[in-house]
Amino acid sequence: MSLENNSGKNFMEVAKGLKSWLVTLDHKRIGIMYLLFVISAFFLGGVFALLLRFELLSPNQIAFTAKQYNQLFTLHGAIMVFLFIVPSIPASLGNFLLPLQIGAVDVAFPRLNLASLYIYMVGAVFCFLSLYLGAVDTGWTFYTPYSSTTDTSVISITLGAFILGFSSILTGVNFIATIHKMRAPGMTWFKMPLFVWSLYATAIIQVLATPVLAITLLLLIFERLLGIGIFDPALGGDPVLFQHFFWFYSHPAVYIMILPAMGVMSELVTTFCKRNIFGYKLIAFSSIAIAIISFLVWGHHLFVSGQSQFAAMLFSLLTFLVAIPSAIKVFNWLSTMYKGSITFYTPFLYFLSFMFLFCIGGFTGVFLGALSIDVHLHDTYFVVAHFHYVMMGGTVMAFLGGLHYWWPKMFGKMYNEGLAKTSCLLVFLGFNITFFSQFIMGSKGMPRRYYSYLEQYQPYHIASTIGSWVLAVGFFLMAGYLIHSLLRGKKAPSNPWGGLTLEWHTTSPPPLENFDVKPRITHDPYDYENMDIPNEKGMLK
Amino acid sequence: MKTIAENLIQKGSFWLPRPATQIAHDVDTLFYTILWFSVAIFLAMFIIGLVFVVKYKRTSTNTKAEKHVTHNNVAEILWTVIPLILLMIVFWWGYQDYLKLSVAPPNTMDIKVTGKKWFWSFNYPKEGINTLNEFVVPVNTPVRLIMASEDVIHSMFIPNFRVKKDVIPNRYTTVWFEASDIGIYQVFCTEYCGDGHSSMSAILKVMSQADYDRWLQSNGEDTDTPLPELGKKLYTAKACNTCHSIDGSVKVGPSWKAIYNSDRQMADGSSVKADDNYIRESVVNPQAKVVKGFAPVMPAYAGLLSDREIDAIIEYIKSLK
Ligand code: HEC
Ligand SMILES: [Cu+2]
Repeated sequence: MSLENNSGKNFMEVAKGLKSWLVTLDHKRIGIMYLLFVISAFFLGGVFALLLRFELLSPNQIAFTAKQYNQLFTLHGAIMVFLFIVPSIPASLGNFLLPLQIGAVDVAFPRLNLASLYIYMVGAVFCFLSLYLGAVDTGWTFYTPYSSTTDTSVISITLGAFILGFSSILTGVNFIATIHKMRAPGMTWFKMPLFVWSLYATAIIQVLATPVLAITLLLLIFERLLGIGIFDPALGGDPVLFQHFFWFYSHPAVYIMILPAMGVMSELVTTFCKRNIFGYKLIAFSSIAIAIISFLVWGHHLFVSGQSQFAAMLFSLLTFLVAIPSAIKVFNWLSTMYKGSITFYTPFLYFLSFMFLFCIGGFTGVFLGALSIDVHLHDTYFVVAHFHYVMMGGTVMAFLGGLHYWWPKMFGKMYNEGLAKTSCLLVFLGFNITFFSQFIMGSKGMPRRYYSYLEQYQPYHIASTIGSWVLAVGFFLMAGYLIHSLLRGKKAPSNPWGGLTLEWHTTSPPPLENFDVKPRITHDPYDYENMDIPNEKGMLK
Repeated sequence: MKTIAENLIQKGSFWLPRPATQIAHDVDTLFYTILWFSVAIFLAMFIIGLVFVVKYKRTSTNTKAEKHVTHNNVAEILWTVIPLILLMIVFWWGYQDYLKLSVAPPNTMDIKVTGKKWFWSFNYPKEGINTLNEFVVPVNTPVRLIMASEDVIHSMFIPNFRVKKDVIPNRYTTVWFEASDIGIYQVFCTEYCGDGHSSMSAILKVMSQADYDRWLQSNGEDTDTPLPELGKKLYTAKACNTCHSIDGSVKVGPSWKAIYNSDRQMADGSSVKADDNYIRESVVNPQAKVVKGFAPVMPAYAGLLSDREIDAIIEYIKSLK
């Protein structure tokens, strides 16, 4: 880092130009670049989703052939999972905020941080290469032996996912080291903000689970390239083995997606209720509990694949156990509102949306965890609706909540509160219209990944597609006012919401080395009782 | 796709298709138990949240949190233990029904099922009957399907019976059921298997024992319907429509419109007149002559269609001018 005197300049002003971004080691710039990429990925995945919902307006062909439809849902899934949701909160918001929240100058390994960004970009290039080489049509799960035999470019996209995995592992390693070693004086483990705890739990899963995915995808590539029989029965392999390997990663990965979101929730609820969190330790430990148990539930994706009844029983039991820590968190957030002083700014509306949608996602998970019912619901739209309620209703809502919460900190600009609330409402409504109809048609038997369907399901599909348009309007509005905020937005004060965690004790945007005065921690992170509540002048018009 | 089995949406409860086995009723009981418990708990939480949001919103008199409750052991233990108990009940209940669903009684009537891109074929080993995308079972008789795939993984799903099992290459999996109601039921493939995945469906007819015996006697064949009409039925029933259109549009295979007696260009450069023999060969052994511009992916229907059925298809193709 340069030795010249940067006083008074924020991290964006200290250097200008594209090159200053491409070679930066500043965690804040890396976080913002990640943000740009994950939002682009979300946009692209969203466009694919709109296209495929459009095709589903009618059981007959409207715009795409069966093959194109299959490619669309595969790309939608693969992009949303590997390029958007896995890196979304940790790599973008996490990168920006982790050092700030623990009062550090940067992450432990800034170069590694930049490397993981570049690895992400290379992985993304391989994924997009697959678009040119004949977009894959296997579904994002790449089940064998279909994926060993299809003529689309499986190798390119699995190689992409393989590389993206490394990016994820390196970010995880970096975060673990940072949390262990870089905390400011006085910040004990139990004085860390809960977002940091959730990033810690996430990093553990990233480091331990992702290699299994990497190996699995590599085996798949070997099988296709060299004809070694591993999964393809025609070569003497076992196709179900792939499913075990795949879900051994991908189920914990579900928690890679949701844990950081839960961390964001703890930040939002305390700041907007101006209250100390209820059950700090229980929330922190439940993140760790989730991280551990999440490794032992993968078999619940295989209840109808012919695994033994005994295995199915164990996986069902463990699946119910992993639900408990999530439930505890929800109860704790709810209790944190008790006797608070609640303000309804946009981030808090996203908090409320998360609570509503994530609960529905959780309750429908109970249906799926029950063995006998899962037999009926497996691979129907019920499952599709369930994981969208958890992933989009959960993670994406928290991501948007976090984005609106930290936006003033990251860019030093405010956005239009009225438009932001309207957009939040549209997203919430559109989401429910799109996916609630899918619960009903799913339990009525509608299988997923269907290009065409029985005419009797059409009303539900039409409702779902209309919902997707409402969602799209909400997101375009959001893009509009956020871009406006960047260009013309009102200058943001350093603490617009009256937050207590350390990132609010520095300027917006922060200086290059985060704090002008090295912070020293004496209170719990959300101790609104004993700390002066920062004034909120900047936000109250 | 045309709806053949009407009982998925129209009949049945708001959430579930009409159950047609005893076990399906049991599964539904658990489904609705979880549903109503979930709704009750969700509503309770929703109302509590609503009360908090209204009561503790920032006002000129409520500028600061009134009280900072940071833990309450009793509450925290309660909301860990009560959900745990409820979930364990659901777990055990679901497991018990799952055992009933997956362990077949002795003395079932066995049918062999083959899943193949993109159709289901059924074989009655004792009677030597083969059918395609349609099978028939007697009511109130335990039936077991012994299934395997010839290519990728498929999955056998009969919504009205609440049963589903993956159909895997190189391995047998089974599903069993005892239908309690006579009727026509929808069968889906629920494991994604490629372009024709969504049209890989079959029809299950549950008949009285007498009707079933009659069906067996006629060797599973439809001898009443006139040929061109039968051919039209077979076009969808035997999944030809997955790959062939009748309106001139090109799908996986060539359209059937006006091909009869026309000159067909083959991939090897020769040309053949599409007469009865050519069509018969194209169905029974499609790789013998491959039409130019298409991949040799049509499955061979040798042994899967009777002579009368092949005649019916030829008559139907003739009629497509
Ligand atoms: C998996 C897709 C698929 C299915 C299912 C299928 N076909 Fe085909 N069929 C093809 C393809 C591809 C061709 C062209 C290549 C060839 O000649 O083998 C073809 C060719 C034909 C031809 C020759 C057409 C011509 O233009 O000369 C006939 C006749 C035919 N099929 C009849 C049937 C019948 C009858 C059925 C149902 C019992 C059926 N096909 C099911 C894919 C399919
Ligand atoms: Cu299939």
